[in-house]
Amino acid sequence: MSLRFQRLILILITLVILGVAIILILFNTKQNIVFFYTPTELIENNFAIDKKVRIGGYVKKSSFIKKSLNTYEFKITDNVNELLVFYNGILPDLFREGQGTVIEGFLNNKKNIVASKVYAKHDENYMPESIKKELEKNNQWKKKL
Amino acid sequence: MFNFLINPNQFNKFVDIIFKPLVIIALITLSAGLMLVYLSPLDYQQGLTVKIMYIHVPSAWLALITYAIMTIYSIVGLAFKISFSFIINKAIAPIGAVFTILCLLSGSMWGKPMWGTWWVWDARLTSVAILLIIYLLIIFLNQTFENREVREKTIAIFILIGSVNLPIIKFSVDWWNTLHQPASVSKLSSPSIDISMLQPLLTMTLAFSMIGLIIAILRIKAEILLRKKYL
Repeated sequence: MSLRFQRLILILITLVILGVAIILILFNTKQNIVFFYTPTELIENNFAIDKKVRIGGYVKKSSFIKKSLNTYEFKITDNVNELLVFYNGILPDLFREGQGTVIEGFLNNKKNIVASKVYAKHDENYMPESIKKELEKNNQWKKKL
Repeated sequence: MFNFLINPNQFNKFVDIIFKPLVIIALITLSAGLMLVYLSPLDYQQGLTVKIMYIHVPSAWLALITYAIMTIYSIVGLAFKISFSFIINKAIAPIGAVFTILCLLSGSMWGKPMWGTWWVWDARLTSVAILLIIYLLIIFLNQTFENREVREKTIAIFILIGSVNLPIIKFSVDWWNTLHQPASVSKLSSPSIDISMLQPLLTMTLAFSMIGLIIAILRIKAEILLRKKYL
């Protein structure tokens, strides 16, 4: 084997080892890298009440209540467990019932949270409005989701 | 046949032939792309804001592709002692940095109306910010070390270490919960983006690649001239 191919193999092996090391680090610090927890993860794990957490899920259908001009109350769900959210502030444009959302705030207990920030999360589906209407007409819409 | 990729003289000869056609293709694809973006339909959820995607996604892809090219050239340059690799590394690093900045800025402007925030520290956004820092460090490293060979080798090794970030950026949205949505186009099943929006996106990607390629060719030619002067 010539010297240049020895060097090539050395470089590739080094890269693989480096990659494995980084992957090990990332997967063992997963708890710190995730941006939000789901309501189920919240119940399974123990979180300090006075620590800031972010919880993500869908805004539960017909759970949204507007208390006053800027005060809202709604439930977020991951289709298994749900969490009651109190929020005082401005909601993003995309926020609506059934839409994905991430909220940041302090837990009162495992069932409700006072949010200080609400982010809207959207999925990877892009389509023109006309096609969505077409899909709804043929009852294909729910299947696509 | 592909000698122009590793030999400066062959490279000069080859790009002199293809440069004018490239400029014409770039102009055509850019104007066609902008026209298609103008005519493209509004998104069912995001409305007009979805058009930021046609800038955001091509610049993100090109930022990653530029780094991937630098990684391949670093391996080739270190293993086979081809000094032309280091010329390319030096020439295209700023192009990748600019595409990363474009991606971050357009993403930020997209995030404010849609997510309700300019910036969050989720895995995708953070790893792209790290990519920008890596690009900037590569550019700064070019100003260090008097000895050219030491400098080039150091930069190539640094690029190889930084390349670990590429798969992290790509798969960050699958491995961890992020605010950023998962991939729409580059996934195994069929793309979850409608064909009427995919066409302008791919045309814009082609246009961005052509512009990047033209700037890269000009920078590489200038770098070759500079080396000839001092060698």
